[in-house]
Amino acid sequence: MDFHFTKEHQLLRKMVREFANDVLARTAAEIDETGRWPAENVKLMADLGLFGLPFPHEYGGAGAGEMGYAIALEEIGRVCTSTGTIVGAHTGIGAMAIYLCGTEDQKRKYLLPLARGEKLAAFALTEPNAGSDAAAIQTMAVRDGDEFVLNGTKIWITNGDVADVVTVMAVTDRGLGARGGVTAFIVEKGTPGFEVGSLEHKLGIRGSSTAELVFNDCRIPKDNVLGDFGAGFIVAMKTLDVGRIGLGAGCIGGAQACLDAACRFAKARRQFGKPIADNQAIQWMIADMATELEIARWFVYRTAWMMDTGQKFTREAAMVKLYCSEMASRAANKCLQIHGGMGYMKSFPVERMYRDARIAEIYEGTSEVQRMVIAGQVLRQY
Amino acid sequence: MRIVVPLKQVPDTNNVRIDPKRGTLIREGVPSIINPEDKNALELALSVKAARGGEVIVISMGPPQAEEALREAVAMGADKAILLTDRAFAGADTLATATTLGTAIRKLGGCQLILCGRQAIDGDTAQVGPQLAENLGVPQVTYVRRLDLEDGVATVERELEDGHEVIQVKLPALFTVTKEANKPRYPHARAIMSCYGPGKLECWSLADVGLSEETVGLNGSPTKVKRTFSPQPKGQGEMLSGTKQEVVKALCRRLRGRSLL
Repeated sequence: MDFHFTKEHQLLRKMVREFANDVLARTAAEIDETGRWPAENVKLMADLGLFGLPFPHEYGGAGAGEMGYAIALEEIGRVCTSTGTIVGAHTGIGAMAIYLCGTEDQKRKYLLPLARGEKLAAFALTEPNAGSDAAAIQTMAVRDGDEFVLNGTKIWITNGDVADVVTVMAVTDRGLGARGGVTAFIVEKGTPGFEVGSLEHKLGIRGSSTAELVFNDCRIPKDNVLGDFGAGFIVAMKTLDVGRIGLGAGCIGGAQACLDAACRFAKARRQFGKPIADNQAIQWMIADMATELEIARWFVYRTAWMMDTGQKFTREAAMVKLYCSEMASRAANKCLQIHGGMGYMKSFPVERMYRDARIAEIYEGTSEVQRMVIAGQVLRQY
Repeated sequence: MRIVVPLKQVPDTNNVRIDPKRGTLIREGVPSIINPEDKNALELALSVKAARGGEVIVISMGPPQAEEALREAVAMGADKAILLTDRAFAGADTLATATTLGTAIRKLGGCQLILCGRQAIDGDTAQVGPQLAENLGVPQVTYVRRLDLEDGVATVERELEDGHEVIQVKLPALFTVTKEANKPRYPHARAIMSCYGPGKLECWSLADVGLSEETVGLNGSPTKVKRTFSPQPKGQGEMLSGTKQEVVKALCRRLRGRSLL
């Protein structure tokens, strides 16, 4: 057993940390305040290879594996959750679906520019009547010669308005249901009949964009079927399994930022003639935050290692997503409590960190869905 | 054009905490970094290479762990790294360091341009660059913040406290570079993942460099450290208050009291 990161991964962490501190920290509050999508930072990250970290060199990636990707997401999440969300939607699920399930031609055509950061990706599953019940999607794709005609609406799609390539789940045979009746498609921006609808205003991750995508007789060539015909649900599940690791990594970054802020504040803030860090009530919160964070951190990296070494990790990825997201929310809650009134004010970053933490318990599968997955995986063994 | 950039791995003094009781630096757990202004020198070298072609070689004398600094330089874009590492090099002062670096650079077959950082954040001597130029017998300009090359002549801006000088130098030459010169690039993720690959770093021992033990390390160092100490903190200043006249009177009284007036 060896718990050391490789020299390469250590240097990667150093680079991303420096970049996050120098560049992302400067805009984190502003993009939250204004809801502006940080195009300039996205360009800089693309130029550093941060959009293709887990993918092999031959597909334009950095060859850093899921481990390297998780390290980067932790460091980005420590400084700016909005930016972590942009990278996660692009790399973790958008491009990842093509990497996991695409043909060689699809990988050359779509994954290569996505991994290089020349183009952006999104992943479109959710619909107004299909959230946790992903099998209830209504978007239809009907075969017409060498094409499929896509009709329907997707909502809450991260990067939806800025993405050049979107992986879209659609029903191809309603009679067959989720297993066999859903197919994944690669849809390019600018395809006639594909339009971006309204953008959402959100509680947190306000620097990332969340869009409605509308498909109105949108014709997709049959070569753009991703994975086997009728196997869209498997494409989605395989992709979301991987996405959960990176999402958990972002959460440990967020929780680390909360712990850092809480400790610094608790040592500086004096009440009753001494730093509040001297009070047991504060110390217990700090101890719980640090302990849970340490557990979460090693669970994320172990699960990334399982993926990189070719092991099954569906159960672990769901546990990572569940535990890390709820842990990060607890950490943000305690951090705000330690800051007292100051934590509630806009002049401190804590209130943003508190709002940003909340989404992780919901997107890419709610805590409740993760528990369904975990229970199913566990009970299957008996 | 061949450009050599000597690098030093230093403790990140921005992250060094001070032991409040003993007043000494806590070195434990302090990360090691490429000396910041050496990174500016490397960035300048990489931009010259981008504009004019050629190769950038980074070289460092240090313990085996200095490899990390050189690998990072390779990730930033250096073509090749040379680590001069041998127990005999230990304890070198700036002269012995310059002697070792200079001999290694000659062994490489020389170069047209040597770009050093202005000074290291641990030793702060700013001596190795100038001594290396003397060792190699090439002209030098220190505190360079801008460099233009044309027909084998470098035109550089040399920073001064109250302005700058413009100096023209024929190559080969050595320049020490300040942090104002540029903003060093971040290494690309893909370059990071391949910087530990084979063929990018060579380790040279004392025998490889071809110097005698008397000229390197502690043996080759005329500098003798007599003692080190922490300067006594100055006492608190005293603020005089009152009207202008009262303050002036009080000040004169004190100065007279100490026979300074």
